[in-house]
Amino acid sequence: MSEHSSEQPVRLTLPLSKEDMAGLRIGQEVLLSGPCFTSRDAGHVRLLEALKETGQLPFGLEGQTIFYAGPTPAAAGRPLGSVGPTTSSRMDFATPALMDAGLAACIGKGKRSAAVIEACKRNGCVYFAAVGGIAALLAKCVVEEQLVAWEDLGTEALRRLQLVALPAFVAVDTQGADLYRAVEQGE
Amino acid sequence: MQQRLTKEYVAQQVYDAVRACAISPRPDVLEGFHQALQHETQPRACTVLNQLIENARIGAADGVPVCQDTGTCWVRLEVGQELTVPGDILVGVDDAVACAFADGKLRMSVLRDALLDRTNTGTNTPAFAEIAFVPGSGAVLHVMLKGGGSDNASRVAMLAPGAGWEGVKQVVLDCVREKAANACPPLVVGVGVGATFDKVASLAKHALLRPVGAPSPDHAAAAYEQELLEAVNALGIGPAALGGATTALAVHLETAPCHIAALPVAVNMGCCAMRSVSVDLLA
Repeated sequence: MSEHSSEQPVRLTLPLSKEDMAGLRIGQEVLLSGPCFTSRDAGHVRLLEALKETGQLPFGLEGQTIFYAGPTPAAAGRPLGSVGPTTSSRMDFATPALMDAGLAACIGKGKRSAAVIEACKRNGCVYFAAVGGIAALLAKCVVEEQLVAWEDLGTEALRRLQLVALPAFVAVDTQGADLYRAVEQGE
Repeated sequence: MQQRLTKEYVAQQVYDAVRACAISPRPDVLEGFHQALQHETQPRACTVLNQLIENARIGAADGVPVCQDTGTCWVRLEVGQELTVPGDILVGVDDAVACAFADGKLRMSVLRDALLDRTNTGTNTPAFAEIAFVPGSGAVLHVMLKGGGSDNASRVAMLAPGAGWEGVKQVVLDCVREKAANACPPLVVGVGVGATFDKVASLAKHALLRPVGAPSPDHAAAAYEQELLEAVNALGIGPAALGGATTALAVHLETAPCHIAALPVAVNMGCCAMRSVSVDLLA
């Protein structure tokens, strides 16, 4: 598998097209601009329930990007005080079904299951790794925040964020290559 | 002096500690990022370390949390055996934590019950507070904001004594290899060896309090720490698990007596947003 690391960051506009995603390779640094949706543990249980009930993704999530994040409240004149990726593997139970139903991409941290990697390959989807522990910096890349659903979940509610140049790395690409595995194997 | 150890005084110190911790990583950890930058050659590792340094600057300048996971609040009051403290010394902790989380606009991440009622308490309480009696006449308050990702990446193993040092080392390396990517490296790795099944995890957590760059005062333990740090960093996992020489800034080891049949080992991962303060209450 090929890995790219020393190029300039690739600027991408969300929502991503299949063509955008097909051109990405693991290791590439990207700057993401445009809308994405936050959802994590409890939200993914509900997303899966909604998908089972209706046969499609709720809230217009088809073609969109989910950011596995539970932000802190607005602060310092910004819509979110801090926001950053949570551990993606906890969403592995739901991600293949969501991608099969039309989810384009997700942003999180850490390794994914074989089933998620297979789902990326099957559907032409990508998984981006954002850096954990830089949530004050990442919050400066969020210019708007809007509650979409499930306010009762608090920080885990479904939110729509407008991003400007949020830094991340391509961690699983549409060919099924896996950056974390490549790092482990010293490639 | 002694009369200052009241529930009100402890509560105020907890409040101040939470507010300060949330918006700044520990100074020794921040210094560790700078040191690591000198040694890293991989561009991605340098990118991540520079982001961590810039993040710390933004947190302090704007008063915003350095990590969105402002964690559970772990409190440990260590009281010298020569002191007398009232039995209600910790009863103000939960209110102090709730106020600090609301005032600091921190994230509410605590559920009512792990199994029976997974609804958010909305106050980030209860805190997880304990008191310990130690030799002497001092009083130290430790406050740590502990993220879920790094605690999830931790483990306890009850080894057979015959496994020895190599067995202990294997537990630490397996844990880092399998879980570091979820724990937000560069890590501070807390290792506990000894005591009982329930107490060994406390040793590992306590080990996280020691500043990066301060080896164990026990020479044998310090040598083991160095050996573990070199082995962990040889894995090449690196900052954010995206490759590099700095998987951990430090490995801290605490040991204790144990049963003849036992070799308990615990690994508690401390993330790159390691947030704790230790306050001398009688200073």
